[in-house]
Amino acid sequence: MTVEEQVKNIIMEQLNVTEEECLPEAKFIDDLGADSLDLVELIMAMEDHFGLEIADEELAQISTIKDVIDYITSKQST
Amino acid sequence: MMLKETIALVTGGSRGIGRAISVRLSASGAFVFINYHQNEKAAAETLRIIQDKGGNGEICRFDVSDFTTTQKAIRNIVKTKGAIDILVNNAAVSIDGLFVRTKEQDWNDIIDTNLKGTFNCCRAVTKHMMKQRSGRIVNISSVVAEGGNAGQTLYSASKAGILGLTKSLARELGSRNICVNAVAPGFIDTDMTGSLSEENRAKIISQIPLSRPGTPEDVAGTVAFLVSRDADYITGHVIRVCGGIYI
Repeated sequence: MTVEEQVKNIIMEQLNVTEEECLPEAKFIDDLGADSLDLVELIMAMEDHFGLEIADEELAQISTIKDVIDYITSKQST
Repeated sequence: MMLKETIALVTGGSRGIGRAISVRLSASGAFVFINYHQNEKAAAETLRIIQDKGGNGEICRFDVSDFTTTQKAIRNIVKTKGAIDILVNNAAVSIDGLFVRTKEQDWNDIIDTNLKGTFNCCRAVTKHMMKQRSGRIVNISSVVAEGGNAGQTLYSASKAGILGLTKSLARELGSRNICVNAVAPGFIDTDMTGSLSEENRAKIISQIPLSRPGTPEDVAGTVAFLVSRDADYITGHVIRVCGGIYI
């Protein structure tokens, strides 16, 4: 499974949204109805799944699905 | 057996109020992890009492004031049992004395165990409880948090800190079906209050409308209520179990 597919699967499960809603530019809070606690849970799920730690300072840069995919891809290639 | 198949952790469960809470939760069907720091013999005795009554549990040594150790210990519980449903933050120390004579180390010791210990354990369980979409946290505060008590300034500060933590956490975690409440005991017969002189003891009892000191079981009953289904709609609350010494 590609990173994109894995990320989308986690988002669908955590936020209870459909695959059609998981557009790259979809914003977690504005488009997918997440609240701040949902976002933290989502990040924790990503950390568990990909075995990495996302620092609080970096969280500010993450607001769309594409942001997450780009972030994880960049972490994995380093 | 309202707590059947639930997993509970009671900090400072070896003696006094912590022991009574451990015994009471196990009598309701919970599997109880009895945390202790120094007194292994007393913790084993708590476990024996539980087992004699047909309950189940395990003793579990760690220092609640140590963040890393606490995270590890609680992660282990979740790993072996698959869940953590109930956390009772009861571990506490008291170093009494007039404020003007207190030492910096006294402050550090009291805050580290009572307040930071509560933070450490809450911090370790919340991630799991959020995932479970359920959980109950009961923090043991004290009536002196609200009423104050000469000679217990540091202790009161630590116990009042617990109330702030309880209320904010209740607000933050409510949407995840996690209830966070506090119990504030008054004058309870335990080792902690046992060192008082007869005279001082009588003086305190004379101020209690119910005219007697509380028992650890009095406190345990309230904790058992707060973690039961009967308290599903109660969060952010402080229940005083104090015979009316503070009203």
